[in-house]
Parts: sequence; structure tokens; C-alpha cells
Amino acid sequence: MKPAQFEYDDPHTLDETLDLLARHGDDCKVLAGGQSLVPLMNFRLARPARLVDINGVESLSHVTRERARLVIGAMTRHAEVEHSKDVAQASPLLTEAIGWVGHSQIRNRGTIGGSVAHADPAAELPAALAALDATLQVRSRRGSRTLGWKEFFVSEFTTALAPDELVTAIEVPGQDPSTGTAFVEYARRHGDFALGGAAVTLRLGRDGKCENVTIALLSAGPAPVRAEAAERHLQGAKIDESSIRAASAEAVKGLRPTADLHGSTEYRVGLLQTMTERALTTAAARARSNAR
Amino acid sequence: VTRAVLAAETLQGIGASPLRKEDWPLVRGEGTFVADFKRPGMVHAFVVRSPFAHARFAPFDCKATLDAPGVIDVITASDLPDRGRPIPTRQFKDEGSNRFLQRPLADGVVRYSGEPVAVVIADSRYRAEDAAELLRVEYEPLDVVLDPDDAVARGAPLLHPHAGTNVAGHLVVEMGDLDDAFARADLVIKEEFRIQRHAAVPLETRGLLAEYDPKAESLTLWGAAKIPHVNRAILARLLGWADENRVRLIELHVGGGFGARGEFYPEDYLIPFAAIRTGMPVAWVEDREENLRATNQSREQVHRAEMAVKADGTFLGLRDSLINNTGAYVRTHGMTVPALSVSMLPGPYRWPAYRGEFRSVVSNKTPGGTYRSPGRFEINFVRERLVDMAAHRLGIDPVEIRRRNLIDRESFPHDVGTLYDGHPVIYDSGDYALLLEKALAAFDYEAWKLWRAEPAAGGRRRGLGIGYFVEKAGPAEREYARVELNDRGDVMVYTGAASVGQGVETILAQVCASHLGLPYERIAVVHGDTGVIPEGMGAFGSRVAMLGGTAVMRASEQIKKRLLDAAADLLEVSPADLHLTAEGVSVVGAPSRTVSLSRLLSSQGGVIKEEDRFVCELLGFPYGIHFAAVEVDPASGAVHIHRFAVAYDIGRCINPVLVEGQIAGGFAQGIGGALLEEFSFDASGQPLSASFMDYLIPTSEEVPNIEILVTEDAPSPLNPLGVKGAGEGGTAAVGAAIANAVSDALGCEVTRLPLNPQHVVELATA
Repeated sequence: MKPAQFEYDDPHTLDETLDLLARHGDDCKVLAGGQSLVPLMNFRLARPARLVDINGVESLSHVTRERARLVIGAMTRHAEVEHSKDVAQASPLLTEAIGWVGHSQIRNRGTIGGSVAHADPAAELPAALAALDATLQVRSRRGSRTLGWKEFFVSEFTTALAPDELVTAIEVPGQDPSTGTAFVEYARRHGDFALGGAAVTLRLGRDGKCENVTIALLSAGPAPVRAEAAERHLQGAKIDESSIRAASAEAVKGLRPTADLHGSTEYRVGLLQTMTERALTTAAARARSNAR
Repeated sequence: VTRAVLAAETLQGIGASPLRKEDWPLVRGEGTFVADFKRPGMVHAFVVRSPFAHARFAPFDCKATLDAPGVIDVITASDLPDRGRPIPTRQFKDEGSNRFLQRPLADGVVRYSGEPVAVVIADSRYRAEDAAELLRVEYEPLDVVLDPDDAVARGAPLLHPHAGTNVAGHLVVEMGDLDDAFARADLVIKEEFRIQRHAAVPLETRGLLAEYDPKAESLTLWGAAKIPHVNRAILARLLGWADENRVRLIELHVGGGFGARGEFYPEDYLIPFAAIRTGMPVAWVEDREENLRATNQSREQVHRAEMAVKADGTFLGLRDSLINNTGAYVRTHGMTVPALSVSMLPGPYRWPAYRGEFRSVVSNKTPGGTYRSPGRFEINFVRERLVDMAAHRLGIDPVEIRRRNLIDRESFPHDVGTLYDGHPVIYDSGDYALLLEKALAAFDYEAWKLWRAEPAAGGRRRGLGIGYFVEKAGPAEREYARVELNDRGDVMVYTGAASVGQGVETILAQVCASHLGLPYERIAVVHGDTGVIPEGMGAFGSRVAMLGGTAVMRASEQIKKRLLDAAADLLEVSPADLHLTAEGVSVVGAPSRTVSLSRLLSSQGGVIKEEDRFVCELLGFPYGIHFAAVEVDPASGAVHIHRFAVAYDIGRCINPVLVEGQIAGGFAQGIGGALLEEFSFDASGQPLSASFMDYLIPTSEEVPNIEILVTEDAPSPLNPLGVKGAGEGGTAAVGAAIANAVSDALGCEVTRLPLNPQHVVELATA
């Protein structure tokens, strides 16, 4: 469990980083918090010829509120997001989701950019970003672009990033303060990758009917899944036990999560349905309480 | 804070819980585990392991590896004397199982994924791993056998064709008239039970540092654990050295053993061999990926069990046939695990008739050995599940059916009628009914039942489960101690027992303090160095307190007697009227009439020494009860432990805090076995649980607080301390109690472990 040989760079500015990526893109990996990459290297499952360590690029670490919008730099540690008052106010779903990421030691090192660029389908952050309709800022020597979460997360461990590109920030749009959100997941142990989970945002009208809902599932497919049929099912509907149950059944229709030694596809589908039900129930209760 | 402030000079004898002697370096980050230990000129070994579970391979070319940067040597089977001599069993020896022994390196055939095929020695572990990738071993895969039932099936591929069978060991124990018992039964419960393969997984992996001195022709090996003297003998024999004193094994700090760490593995030969061959100190530290493929695994058993019972709940007979999957080779424990299973299945109950049979089979999985409560975690699950199934069918409360069948206090010593390694299993002492009543009261079991009757939130279901068990302690029937007292009043205790982190130094110092009469702080304990301690059996099977403790007790008493006799001469009084303290020996009731220790010692040549060898051929049998209260989420399959309690009678408690620590730690491992841990393999025998991402050991989040009741109602008559050993009772019935509680919660009958989420959902929806 020792990594194979690699070259190592530690740029201190974004420009230097983008230069290195432009030069070595295909052969190198960006080292952010290292919480996924380093174990993979130790198992020699990942064998990058070069590591570009961006821990010294301070400009990438920030949490910024731009009016209602939240912008979080790629090198911001999970723990900073978890404890940020700005995040808690602007996007309580993100705060709740981050709390499920690994253990505190992992959250102290792991970064927002690292998590999205790794694109593990069982990770919390991609699903939360999907529920929040977030976008990702991407830079390279060739320029910059902004990608929606759906364009960005292509498949398991695969993103739309070109080899010379770097995620520099995530952007979470503002949400109506009456929105109720919830993030629930189930893992065999605290801090393990979830066997299934759901992230929900839900806004209720004065009549108690659903004005807007988003449902995103993790560990449900190769990338975060938005349960659009279930969302349509709830849109404009009265939110109660039976509509939630029906929507949750709708949410998992057609899903074929990958089986492994911790759970079969059938088990995972059932779990996702339960997680959706629980997330919707909690989000609805929070929406009602926010409306008061 | 200085050490002196922390530790007042008080006696701190048996029954006290002084600060552990072991902790001072550990809590200050000054521990020296084998990976911390360095020698000048040290080089590093990497063991190249088979990627296949069963394959043939031809001799392979090592040139590219030898030419790689930093590489010093490559060792394959053809480099070893006799192409590698088989590693012998040390316990439960059986001629038949000698056909299945492992050699240090695979020679033409690999039989499990992880089997050593070569050793690369280089100036760093990194370069050794780089160079190992250049070895080109051509494997030709063979059919695999994984499941214990498949291993005994007709036409099964044979792992060791010369043996003609995959059955490495077979034993039947029988007593009473079983046919009569089943003929008279009002109810027969018949069930198949499965316990999953899991393992000790100590947090400190194995490791060794070997150094050869060519002038003295002697070898020193650091990183020994558990059984240094036993392993010295095995190593000398495998090296072909007649004088085992040429080998010195030294124990450093040990981060957990639990049965697995410290046994003699292929590396325990290969690393010393590499040191001799290269003339350089060679270090090897197992990484976690190796640890989960190479270190002994345990517990995988299939049971077909049957129980005969009368309508009033009286047990009439028990029959069990089990297959134990011992993995690719028979390692040092021989048939220990399945033999303990069949000899201890009867548990705390009266059985007029019993028949237990095991077949221990080889398969293309990592070889097996003992793990905390070996053979008993498994059979406690089987028996306690059968008892609950009978209770459910007969409409008798699970506590009550146990109460009606417990062995009476008057029947002790109780001959179970089974044999273990040639010795009769005789429960030395006990009052099983008393412990049950005490535990029900201490844990307020009535309150548990009220909780059980209340509805749970969120669709969860509540259940209670208990598991009554008998544990075993000792023997490895002898232990050595030497106690030395100098004229400054400092005491050195040398023990043949070993430390695997459990607090040996502490408890032996307490025993010495009580029986010599000098304060705990004055007593130092030396262990785990074959160069300093002439003989010893080590630390396993909850034996240290029984065997090692008694040897220290008797040597301490001898020292005290010599001091008092010498003082009696000087003071011209009877030794019975004298009293020993740190200041010296004084006349009881006349403290002015004192003779100092230094004066007494100078009359004895400055230092007095006493040796003792305590021999006890019989096992001690502590006993206990686990109580589990769980909430099960039928939708996710989560099992939440609401309360867990352990009552344990250990005869006599030397250090209450350490006993509670043993129980709590054992419980944590039991949770792993009940809910989380499982070595899974794919159809080709590839391990799927080869990292901590997939092999789920419990963390602090998964281990709730437990309630503990330690009693001393049945001291062991087998040793003058009355102790029985307390290392394994925390683990013994966790699987049993949790399975019973989940069965209760879901109204089903659990028949296999672990209770992972998918399994629980299947039970809930069945």
C-alpha cells in the first residue's frame, strides 16, 4: 500500500496551477484534500505520473455570499462549509448534507472541489448540488465556463472537466427563505458511503400545496439522479402522507442502483424509496414551520 | 504533572484499579510499536502475494526485480531449505491435520488470494513494492472451493490432493442416550445456522524486525507478541537450529492481538530467514490490505442442530453437526476452534443427552485461527437461538425457559461429558441461577420489558434478547514467574505471560503487591523477552491471570516468607507476629521494633529471588449473560442497540476497571460480528472486503455504552487466587443476544449472522 512514483508540483496561484494543467493535463491529477485520491494511489489503483497539489492556492478557499447566491471556492474544506453561518442561512441543505460526509477528520481535510471532481455517485455533495440546481465554475488556460450540475456530473467518477480544467468554485442559487429542505441517507456505519439517500427542497404555498420541489438521490445511479417524475407528481399537489408515499414510489421507478456486498439492487431501490419518503416528510415539516 | 504526583505509594493490591503501569508511555506518545522500532542499516521486506485463490504457477524469473533500484534480494520457495518446511500446529495437534500445513512460500500452487509467493528485500518499502510489480508470475487458475458445504461435496476440487479429502479434522463427542431424548420429546426444533467469516483485525497490524549477528550466530527478532517462547521454539526448529537460545524474541508495545496477532505465520519464518540471508536487519510491517488477506480469519461455520424439549420447557437432548471452514491451510491452532465449538455447545444447561460433531474443511480462503471467544461466539448463537425458538413455540418466557434448565449450584464441579484437546470439560464452579437473578435485578429487566411494550417512533420495532453462556479460561497448563526484591525495596516481577495490551504489568503487580505486601508503585513487571525470561506460555485464552497470576502470587509469598523468617530470627519473635511494609518488617502492635528492608536484604546477599511454575491442567469456566434491547428499522434494516448489558462471573476480579475494559472492548468486537463484519469473496475466491471501506469494524458511533455487572460468586477452585480470566466474555454472546432481540422485534427466527441491513429487511418482509 505504497503509491507508485510520481512527480510533484505545489503551485501557489491559480495561474501557476492552470499553467501546470495546460502542460501536463493528461498525465497529472490535482491533489486537493486527498481523501479519495491518496487511498486510491496507495492501492495503486490510481497511478498519476504527476500530482499538482493546490493546497497552497489560497485564493480558492472562500465562502462568499453574493446577494442570495452562495459561492464556495473549490479548496474550501468541508468543515468550513459545515460550520459557516452564511451557508447555514443561505443553504441549510448544504450544511445538513456536509454533516454526513465521512468523519470530522475527513471533513477537516476534504474539499468541496475535490468531492465534485471525484464524482463518486455515493457522495453527498453532488446530490445536494443537484437538489439545489447548483452550477460549477471551471477554469483553464483556454478560458472559463460555468456548467450546470447536470452537465458536470457525467457518470461515476467521470465529470465534464477537460484534463487542463480545474473546478474553481460551486455556485448555489438563492432560495426562498420559506423553503424546507432535508438531507437523509443511510449507511452501514456513521461516515460510510451511503447505501442510499435523498436531498429535497420543498416550498409550500399559502394553501399548503407544493409550489416547488426538487428531489435528488445519491447512490441511485452513475451520477446524482433528479427524481423528475416524482417532482412533477408533487408539483401543485397537497403534501401529505399519501402524496409523499406516491411520489417516493414514483422516484425510484426505473432505478437500477449497482449491487455490491453491502446491498442488492432490490434492497437499494427499497431504501431509496424510504429515504425519499423521509426526506420529503422532513422537508415538508420544515417548510410548514418556516412559513409560520 | 509528574508521575510521582499521579501515583501515591499505596498497596493497590487485588481488587483495586490503580493507574495502568502500561499507560505512561502510551498516553505520552512514547509507545514503541514494531513500526516505530529501527535498527541501523535496516532494510525492508515486501511479501508478494498471490492474486488468485487457487492456481498453479511455474518457476518465475526474478531478474528484472533484482535489477530494480534499491533491491537487495528476492526470495522464492526454491531458495528455502527443503523448499520451505511446513509450519507446525502448536495447539490441538492432530496427525491428520499435518497433511494440510502451510509452508512459508507457495511452491507451484497457491491456495488463497494473499498467499506469499516471494519476498522482495529493498532499501525502502516503496522501492520493494515497485520492484515487486516487475515479477512475472504466470498463474494458471484452478477450480475453487469456497463454501464449507461445497468442500465436502462429492467431486469437490481437492486443495491438497495428496490428502485425498478437504476434511482436515473430524471429531464426535457424545454423551447420554440421544435416541431416547428425541423419542421422549414433545417438541423438536431443527434448524440450520450460519456464522459468517470475520476476524480479529487488531488495529496494529503484524510486524517484525529481524537482525542476525554472524559472529554470535544468533538472531534477534522484535515484534513478537502473544507467545514469544513458543514461537522461538518453532522458529529454531524451522531454521534447523538445535539450540533455541540462539534465537531471541522481544515483544514491543502491542496494539491488540485477540487471538490472531502473535501466532506463527509464514512471515515469522521469512523475515528472520531474510535477515540471515542478507546479513542485514530486515523490517516488515503488514499493511491493512495484507492484514485483511493474510492474517488468520475465523468464525465461518455451518451448523445443523436439533434440540429435543418437553412441553414444560425441560431440555432433553441436543444434537449438532457443524462444518468449520478453516481456509486453505491448517495453521498453528490446529483444530482448536471447532473443538471448542463441539465441547462447549451445551453451555450453562442440563442436557441428558448430547452429540456434537465437527468437520473442519479446507477451502480457497485465507487460513483460519482463533478469535476472541473462539468457537464460542458461534455456538452461543446456535444454542441460544434454539432455546429462544423452543421458548417461542412452547409459549414460555425466554428468561423462564433458561431458568428451568440451568445447571444447579449443587452440581459443581460439573462434568459436561465432552472433551477438549484430550481433557474433560469440567465446569469448575458456578451458581448460574444466582447470576441470572442478580442480573435481572441489577439491570432492572422489568423496565426493559416495559420499554419493549411501548410503541416505537418511525415504524421501528422493539425487541429484547438474552444470551446465557459459559466461557473458558486458561490453560496451556503452566506459567513461569520470578520475583526479585532488592535492598532498596524495589521489586522486579518476571513473567512468562505476554502483553497484548490487556494490562499484564498492572495486574501482575497488583497480585504481587497483595501477596508480598509492598506497594504497587515499587513493583516493575518484565515480560516478553526470551533473552531475559527462561520460559513462558504467553497470553491467550484468558489464561494470564489464572496461570501467570498464580505463579506471581506464589513466588511473592515465598519472598515474603523469607523476609519474615529472616526478620523473625533478628527480632526473636514468631514470623506470625510480623508485618511487612515498604519500611521494613515490624512486630505487630510494636511498630518501634522494626528491621529495615535494606538490613534484611543485606543479610540475604542484597537481592532475593524466588521462582515459581504454576501448573493447572484443567480449564476455568467463567459464565455470563448478555442482554440486548434493540430497535429495528424494517425499512432500512438498521439495528439500533438501545441498551446492552453484560453480567459476568469471573471468580475473582483483580482489577475492576480493566475487567470492565475487557468486557466493553469485547462487546465492541461482538457488535462487529453480530452486525457489521464479514469477509466476502466473489465466485473466483477474490476477497471483496480487502480494505476498511468494505470490511466494517465498529467505530465509536456504532458502539453504545454498556451496563456491566461483574460478580465473584464462584471463585475457581483450580487456583489459589480463585480467578478465572475475563478476556472473552464481552464478545461471547453478543451475536446470540442481538439475534434473539432482532427475532423478537420482527417476530421471525434469525438463523444466520451478520444481521446486515439487507438481511434484516428480508427478515422483516418475509
